[in-house]
Amino acid sequence: MDVQSFSSAFRDNDIIQGVLKEIRRTVTQPWVIMEICGGQTHAIMHYGLDQLLPPEIELVHGPGCPVCVTPLELIDKALVIAARPDVIFCSYGDMLRVPGSQRDLFSVRAAGGDVRVVYSALDAVKLAQQNPDKQVVFFAIGFETTAPPNAMSVLQAQSLGLKNYSVLVSQVCVPPAMHAILGSPANRVQGFLLAGHVCTVMGYQEYPPLAEQYSVPMAVTGFEPLDLVQGILQVVRMLEKGEVEVQNAYQRAVTAGGNKAAQAIIFKTFQQVDRNWRGIGTIPQSGWGLRPELVEFDAEKRFSVEDIHTAESPLCIAGEILQGLKKPHQCPAFGLQCTPTSPLGAPMVSAEGACSAYYRYARVESN
Amino acid sequence: MLNDKNLPTIEGPVCAVPLRHAEQIVMGHGSGGRMTHDLIEKTFKPFLASDPLAAGNDFAAVLSNNDGQSGGRLAVSTDSHIVTPLFFPGGDIGRLAVCGTVNDISMSGGKALYLTAGFILEEGLRVEVLEQVLASMQAAAAEAGVQIIAGDTKVVERGKADQIFINTAGIGWIPEGRHVGGELAQPGDAVLISGTIGDHGIAVLSARGELGFEAEVQSDVAPLNQLIQAVLAAAPHTHVLRDPTRGGLATTLNEIADQSRVAILLDEAKIPIHPPVRAACEMLGFDALYVANEGKVIVIVPEAEAEAALMAMRSSRYGTEATRIGSVQESPAKRVLMRTLIGGTRVLDMMSGEMLPRIC
Repeated sequence: MDVQSFSSAFRDNDIIQGVLKEIRRTVTQPWVIMEICGGQTHAIMHYGLDQLLPPEIELVHGPGCPVCVTPLELIDKALVIAARPDVIFCSYGDMLRVPGSQRDLFSVRAAGGDVRVVYSALDAVKLAQQNPDKQVVFFAIGFETTAPPNAMSVLQAQSLGLKNYSVLVSQVCVPPAMHAILGSPANRVQGFLLAGHVCTVMGYQEYPPLAEQYSVPMAVTGFEPLDLVQGILQVVRMLEKGEVEVQNAYQRAVTAGGNKAAQAIIFKTFQQVDRNWRGIGTIPQSGWGLRPELVEFDAEKRFSVEDIHTAESPLCIAGEILQGLKKPHQCPAFGLQCTPTSPLGAPMVSAEGACSAYYRYARVESN
Repeated sequence: MLNDKNLPTIEGPVCAVPLRHAEQIVMGHGSGGRMTHDLIEKTFKPFLASDPLAAGNDFAAVLSNNDGQSGGRLAVSTDSHIVTPLFFPGGDIGRLAVCGTVNDISMSGGKALYLTAGFILEEGLRVEVLEQVLASMQAAAAEAGVQIIAGDTKVVERGKADQIFINTAGIGWIPEGRHVGGELAQPGDAVLISGTIGDHGIAVLSARGELGFEAEVQSDVAPLNQLIQAVLAAAPHTHVLRDPTRGGLATTLNEIADQSRVAILLDEAKIPIHPPVRAACEMLGFDALYVANEGKVIVIVPEAEAEAALMAMRSSRYGTEATRIGSVQESPAKRVLMRTLIGGTRVLDMMSGEMLPRIC
């Protein structure tokens, strides 16, 4: 099956309208539902799905944008490493525009740094093989979805005996962030659309304890419009019936146990560590760092940037947006001082950021 | 594991400092999108200003003499080409350099007549490569019916340029009484496109081997002057002609909405995209609406002439898949909206930053 026919089946307007009708029939009272993943936020805005839901359902946008939650401090470390003349610094494209405290990776490149966009960590390993006289550093950011390829790059570099490859790691995990959101006194979220791609890797056995502890139903949800309305319908049904379960509305990709081979690679490479989340703060055991036996691939140690510490400055409301407390257009800077061209905050920069989704697809009139 | 005792405290809103890239040029300034627009407005305009530049089109329409009486006008345009690789499926830098300027001239509604060509060559370039590029320029100029009448060659040290950069400038003639421009779209007009979008950008990317898979996509690079003359003969009240090159369909429509102070409403289901282009965009996270074209034209005409314009395009070899994609309305002014496949509506903005560098 090609990509075209695979996706078009999940964009069939008649079927989608049927599910929307069922949602309208089911809902009797207001509910706040959070989609965790930035990819889902963008799909919702891209298709204008939020306008087609009954007014009782409010979708709020979760912290599932890896670019947005990467702390300023780590970006500053990346900038220091990328500016070194002996380094080829590789990153996914979105990271290049996220400002550190002084400049961004684009500026480093314009000033002569060798900063390259790669689509896969394994491309960075290839670069390391091709450039033995250079140090190749990969910015390993992301949630559970990017962890397997990023981990694989380290294992591959190890088996190739590469001494010129290292990773700057900022891997984070979804369940601890949900814990932080649900445990906050300001929490408004009553149901979750779980991130389909994350669950493809990790399965969804981590979520029932969370659902139970906070009495919040959840549905594993995909990214096509039909996936999204199906996930919303399942969560609304549970909310209306007072049921608290974790259901799978993305069965074509997700199994309860997830991808065991991918998990094995992750756990061979990474161990749980505390991680700082931009806009939220430090969440204990919320991410992954390299295991002690792989410390030679740790770019922070190799380039001695562990002692760089940067305080974040309060300028926009990214933190509240990442926790679903506020919507992007409720920020006074939205669309005025803060646009994708001159972002005040990471949610406006990233292709998966909630502010950028609002700006691109549903700009509220500002003039 | 987390429990209630070690839950993080919420630090409150924190964010990064803005970065405006006002001090040095970054790749995004060449994207054809918002950053290019800002660079022109804030940096170029204070120094280089004239009435034709202020019109905001890719061509300048100027009087042929100073008496203000004679009918026709000259159309003048210039364009530099820096594509990598030099040769890609469906075209090469030579064909691109000729077609790019022929098309810019044609968007004035005028007839393209003459081109000039300036070459910047990198030390070490093989002469046979240069010959291939020149042969391609010769063929494209013959097809378009234009003459290349002046040229210039410079050579820079190895590493100071990438093989060949080509600048072309063109001159055309706009007959008396013809007024076509991005500022002339009117509420009630139909918005047409001459064929599928995104082919050029994806073809070039595929030729670079950056896709990680093979896409069977040919660049659409083509001279559109004959197609456009056919449209103007069939739809003499055509308001706007614009080729959606860098920044793609979405960015170009934003420019038109801005110049004409109108809203443009698109119907997503009507926008033609070749399946392999759609698939490549899906896999890479691109939006085909922002991917460059080099052989397509947006035609905005009064409703009464829409069918005639479509038929004229479809009778040209470069317009067989021409179709209607939307309409012009009064408000919200300066906005491009799109009805999505599932019936929602979303705003289409100009492209921000850099998407695919060095594609034309």
